Amino acid sequence: MTSDYKKPIPVPQVESDQYWQKAKEKELWLRKCNACNQPYFYPRDISPCCFSRDTTWIQASGKATLFTYGIVQRAPHPGFVPDVPFVTAIVELEEGPIMATNIVMEDPTPEKLQVGMALEVVFEDITDTIALPKFKPA
Amino acid sequence: MADLSRTVAIVGVAESDEIGRIEKSNLQLHAEAAYNALEDAGLKMSDINGLMTAGTSTINLGEYLGVQPMFTDTTAVGGSSFIIHIAHAMAAINAGYCDTILVTHGEAGRSARSRMGFNASDPGPQYETPYGFIGAPINYAMAARRYMHIYGDDFTRQGMAEVAVATRKWANLNPKAYMQAQEMSFDDYHDSRWISWPFHLFDCCLVTDAGGAYIITTAERARDLPKKPVYVLGAGEGHDHGILSQMPDLTRTWARNSGPAAMKMAGVTHDDIDLAMIYDSFTYTVLATLESLGFCGPGEAPDFVKDQRTAPGGNFAMNTSGGGLSYTHSGMYGMFLVLEAVRQLRGETGERQIDNPKLSLVHGTGGSLSSTGTVILGVD
Repeated sequence: MTSDYKKPIPVPQVESDQYWQKAKEKELWLRKCNACNQPYFYPRDISPCCFSRDTTWIQASGKATLFTYGIVQRAPHPGFVPDVPFVTAIVELEEGPIMATNIVMEDPTPEKLQVGMALEVVFEDITDTIALPKFKPA
Repeated sequence: MADLSRTVAIVGVAESDEIGRIEKSNLQLHAEAAYNALEDAGLKMSDINGLMTAGTSTINLGEYLGVQPMFTDTTAVGGSSFIIHIAHAMAAINAGYCDTILVTHGEAGRSARSRMGFNASDPGPQYETPYGFIGAPINYAMAARRYMHIYGDDFTRQGMAEVAVATRKWANLNPKAYMQAQEMSFDDYHDSRWISWPFHLFDCCLVTDAGGAYIITTAERARDLPKKPVYVLGAGEGHDHGILSQMPDLTRTWARNSGPAAMKMAGVTHDDIDLAMIYDSFTYTVLATLESLGFCGPGEAPDFVKDQRTAPGGNFAMNTSGGGLSYTHSGMYGMFLVLEAVRQLRGETGERQIDNPKLSLVHGTGGSLSSTGTVILGVD
């Protein structure tokens, strides 16, 4: 699996280690600002809403809705050639934050991808240590 | 706040010797454009005491050109950079750091595909790149799809087609345009292959190698030089996100702030603008920008551009060079918006010359719809 994976691999940072560790355990975790009581994405120690250090981690439900998407017909990178056509998407998590992802779907078409449709998270193992959160129709 | 309007003017504009597929280095393109711009301005390199660029460091550029400036700026925020540079040049000249600034660009977009720096610890490489959010077409297509969802797929699609077809008509009148010899009908637009749905090929700008340069100096000095000075009347800039998924509103760019700031400084309204040079990385960029700038309201841009209103002969002159869509796009296209605005205002654009323009609004968008810069240019 590791040697076969030819797409870009994220490199966890100190501020995002827990996000990636939990994703490998098939859980979606978010940072939350205690001062504003708001979860946010992407993870960083100091919250972007009010720049507070009083932040924590919470487990997200994994439920989301489709905010927008595109259906890629021309691979942007050699590793994506086998995936074409594939769906890039922006989804709105139940908890509020918005994140970039792929929608896991055979033969994607605009008709099958309704903005607002219900989604749930799945995790794709890409290396021994990294799993990517992706979403499929709920 | 100091009144900066009309204190500086653009006095020289030029491209590199060629546009298209070029084997030369990026810096050679910068140098050719600089040489040609100095000639256009009637100045020598020894007159230059400020240096600006984006995409490389001015230390490399200065060394290559033989310039040792007292003012240096490499503000690099994507394609809007060269519009934002005008604002910074205006401030620097007024602050007294220098009096004559050379701004250059050179990108072998097609041959080298070099882009802004990549760092694995940044958010893009962690949270977007692994999913294939790579390159502007894939990113901007998702923003367009959100707009289409809100205002209607067919309605938006028609607006995108109008922009593509109208801009090609201007390119057909520009001897330097990469697509000068090819016409585009509405059928050609709709039949062009999919890049990333909802984008057709003809929704996307070209990828060409090119260089460009402009020279800015004090209004006083500009009046002594051979060509008609093009004054900077107002400027605005800024950004509200970095990566696409963090954009506060996919249908609205920072033009909503940079545009009014520039127009206020210049003391002009939308009706005063004779020529709109609007960064057209994609047809969608134009629609979202026209709305964000306030030429029309949210959801109204497809109607604003309908019936080929922005084409030659229409009553809203826009992207008269043929744009990023059909003239050239080397990665950071903002430079070429400036060149065309200056040439139109000077009356130098031949077959595509619009009738006696006095004011142009020049607007750049960079990154993933992330940054914008707006300037108002004018002639006496």
